[in-house]
Amino acid sequence: MSALTPPYPFDLGFMQRALVASLIVGVFAPMIGTFLVQKRLALIGDGIGHVAFAGVGAGLLVGIWPVWTALAFAVAGALGVEWLRERRRVSGDVALALLFYSGIALGVVLVSAADGLDASILGYLFGQPLTVTDDEIVTIAVLGAAIVAMVLLLRRALFAVVTDDEWSRVAGLPSAGLNSLLAVATACGVVAAMRVVGILLVAALMVLPVASGQLLARSFRGTLAWSVAIGVLSVVIGLTLTGVFDLAPGGAIVLVAAAVFGIVAAVKRSAPRALRQEEHG
Amino acid sequence: MGEAGAAAADGAGPLLEADRLRFAYVEEPVLEDVDLRVAPGEFVALVGPNGSGKSTLLKLLLGSLRPGSGTVRLFGRDPAAVRDRGRLGFVPQRPTLASETPATVEEIVASGRLPRRGWWRPLAAADRTAVHHALESVGLASLAGRPVTELSGGQQQRAFIARAFASDPDLLVLDEPIAGVDAESQRRFRDSLVHLLHEHGAGVLLVSHELAAVAEDVDRVVVLKRRVLFDGPPSELAASGVSLGVHSEDLPLWLEGLR
Repeated sequence: MSALTPPYPFDLGFMQRALVASLIVGVFAPMIGTFLVQKRLALIGDGIGHVAFAGVGAGLLVGIWPVWTALAFAVAGALGVEWLRERRRVSGDVALALLFYSGIALGVVLVSAADGLDASILGYLFGQPLTVTDDEIVTIAVLGAAIVAMVLLLRRALFAVVTDDEWSRVAGLPSAGLNSLLAVATACGVVAAMRVVGILLVAALMVLPVASGQLLARSFRGTLAWSVAIGVLSVVIGLTLTGVFDLAPGGAIVLVAAAVFGIVAAVKRSAPRALRQEEHG
Repeated sequence: MGEAGAAAADGAGPLLEADRLRFAYVEEPVLEDVDLRVAPGEFVALVGPNGSGKSTLLKLLLGSLRPGSGTVRLFGRDPAAVRDRGRLGFVPQRPTLASETPATVEEIVASGRLPRRGWWRPLAAADRTAVHHALESVGLASLAGRPVTELSGGQQQRAFIARAFASDPDLLVLDEPIAGVDAESQRRFRDSLVHLLHEHGAGVLLVSHELAAVAEDVDRVVVLKRRVLFDGPPSELAASGVSLGVHSEDLPLWLEGLR
């Protein structure tokens, strides 16, 4: 092997494409997740994922690229749940339950009507970055760039809205608009991450790195930075393990993110104890 | 403070004015013929027993609810039509922060610049200076980088007051800001309000039933129980046997006994 070839297992073209797609997802998913976790809507990504599955079914049925129909369904579902929450028609968890169950039920009906219940549907459900195409990488990159730009530009306003909605409204911030924008960004994120970690695991990459980041950071800005760093670390390690041990990539990435949380939580639990002993000792 | 006050109001009119406000939830009347006025440089305390309509009145004054009849004027306009929201500083009741929120005091206070700056614009050097001044005015400058969750309840409340100060408001509206707050924080709170009143000529509307800390500074007390039962200086209230400062426990008791 030449010294210039990327190291094993990223020496093959499909692994390199998988790495590029996964790295983009590793950056933007925790970015959105930081705001969702503050808003106590950690599971919204999962709910939108279920609706995106219905969109995949619709695409297979009518013969449109499923990514487009998944995007349309996910955006509509995200705005719908935000509408329900805003008008307090139903509580947050009931709104989520509506999204979960109607999404997955509609998905099963549409996919089976399209005779699509075969192995290819597993790629959407659990992710298959190793078969990602150049077109898909472009879609992931465009959606990802839009999300990153939005977060960087509107970070302070989004922070104000997700931490104190009552104050934000009185202060004249467009609270409903910013919440809807966050919902649309979540939908775009879910669809962009769909081929990498899968519809059923996408929310994990939005939430698990943030759970670790919150433990490590002492500021909101720091939480964003740590979460992105852990998201990137998780996809790199997860894909490496996939290449070496021939694992399911979506699952491997999420398991790494969960393991990082376990390690961070254990270290943080023992660190204050050590400090206290020092102070009293 | 007359000059500064007049400048703050963009003219001579009151900052906030409610005229014959009525409001009912379905059939239940909550407010009847309520008049209220806050002028530049004036410190008005709004008190009333639980269920007296204080929260509803506050929502009407801030434009979150529309009155059944009567009018509200905030800076001379319909509250919902006020574009420059930075002129209004608001401290909500018990702001809710997720316990694990890793936000620093400075990040919270910097939010207060958004209404002045424009929520889509990044903060500039002038904004950072304003944030620093707001932190200094509540005595939290040395804790700017600390996570809010590591602060005491009183310190947290001061951070939210600093957020309201950060936009250099012409009118400050506070909803029960010192309920259950330690003495040091109450003293800081009082000093920062007096500074805002005297140095900036701003008006203050304080909704609270703990007025002991600010008893000497309040210009007018408005007692509300569905309608305005009293509107005048604390000395007149004292004449009816209620003291804001000396017998601070009198006020809540007296309020509960109102008919």
